[in-house]
Amino acid sequence: MRPKIDPLDLAGKILQGDRLALARACTEVENDTPAGEAVISSLFRHSGQAHIVGITGSPGTGKSSLVNRLAKEYRSRHANHQVAVIAVDPTSPFSGGAVLGDRVRMRDLFGDERVFIRSMATRGALGGLARQTNALTQLFDCAGYQLILVETVGAGQSEVDIVRLAHTTLVVEAPGLGDDIQAIKAGILEIADILVINKADHPGADATERSLRMMLELSHQRPKSMVYHHHNTGEDSRAAKDEEPEGWLPPVLRTVAIENRGVSELLDEVAAHRTWLEANDLWQSRERQRVRADLQSLLQERLFSAWRTAQPVDLLEVMIERVMSREVSPFEAIEQVLSGRG
Amino acid sequence: MSEGKIRVLVAKPGLDGHDRGAKVIARALRDAGMEVIYTGLRQTPEMIAEAALQEDVDAVGLSILSGAHMALVPRVLDLLKKQGQGKVSLFVGGIIPEEDVSALKEMGVAAVYGPGTSTQVVAEAIRAAVEKQTA
Repeated sequence: MRPKIDPLDLAGKILQGDRLALARACTEVENDTPAGEAVISSLFRHSGQAHIVGITGSPGTGKSSLVNRLAKEYRSRHANHQVAVIAVDPTSPFSGGAVLGDRVRMRDLFGDERVFIRSMATRGALGGLARQTNALTQLFDCAGYQLILVETVGAGQSEVDIVRLAHTTLVVEAPGLGDDIQAIKAGILEIADILVINKADHPGADATERSLRMMLELSHQRPKSMVYHHHNTGEDSRAAKDEEPEGWLPPVLRTVAIENRGVSELLDEVAAHRTWLEANDLWQSRERQRVRADLQSLLQERLFSAWRTAQPVDLLEVMIERVMSREVSPFEAIEQVLSGRG
Repeated sequence: MSEGKIRVLVAKPGLDGHDRGAKVIARALRDAGMEVIYTGLRQTPEMIAEAALQEDVDAVGLSILSGAHMALVPRVLDLLKKQGQGKVSLFVGGIIPEEDVSALKEMGVAAVYGPGTSTQVVAEAIRAAVEKQTA
């Protein structure tokens, strides 16, 4: 469908600040093409500078409006910095299509050439991000963006992939969305580096703050590297050395994004969290964790497809049939495949 | 490696506040398997072109009910061309008088749709236009 892309040409243009080249590279990365990989590979030495900030929370808490204000406030403080926004919305499980509507709330950012907003559909991934969100973040980092705001899909309780991607995770709540018991359930609140009560002018903000603070006192605070992931590809026992010392108590902040209230204080806390990470050598260890998870999932993917193409027959399909007919269990099937008795 | 999706920007330029048609189209294109970037009401041609660039879309759909199409559409076409996106297909929907339709097509608009057009027809036309872009 698309014209053939020359990755080196694209990479060169990106370094010169060509925004259309960056947009085209985003598409290649999102489609997981060899050209997309080549662009990142050729620029990778420039990366490692960006502060990646995740914004997650239930639908309707005002994440997009908050991202809009945060980007604007950051730009007013850092005249020469560039800000990328990656806004993730869900793909329809039925048609494979998506309506990506986060830009509606980000119109204030129009006209600022140092802000780049990219909408992204999950394309079937379940953790609140798309499979290629990590790679897209790398691309913006390579392109010299100092702040990357990643807005997840409206997430409920277990969409916690963002914690593996971001240096700093904001969990956004709004008054009146759940009772006290929601706050003590496991999941999304536990991943917050900063808790935000947006729409704080609505009734119930005091009660929301009380239950969040109670939750914080109870749960406080587990090392990030021990976060349990539902696909559990990232961590293993070797991750233990990346454990974080205690010392960061997630602040609870009130904002009213549409009136720009509390946004400046929120950005102060985001900066403070970065300073704290760096002062405690955690910046590096979070990077290391991320690289580990990244390499591990790439390796799994590549080994699987290499294995699959090396088979004379499609063993996977053969085994699916044998399991379907209850001839063998899934465990026996894999055992036979790996020992060459399939 | 996965296949790319058709990405379409659906925008509502001009000052009228009727975005029902734009939302119906956005939803229909989603159901046709496309990724639709919806930007909301009262977009200027500059905002539309900027969003089309950042999102690297294959097609742009404009919903115009205000009667200002002869001013808005050439601006959008011009901006797209200037930023290197001359190949992006532009579709216009809304209330467009017959005599303006051929003028818009002359300018480079791929198709113009009036009220009552089946959304399936629109989705098929976008798909066909995008497939043709690189042929």
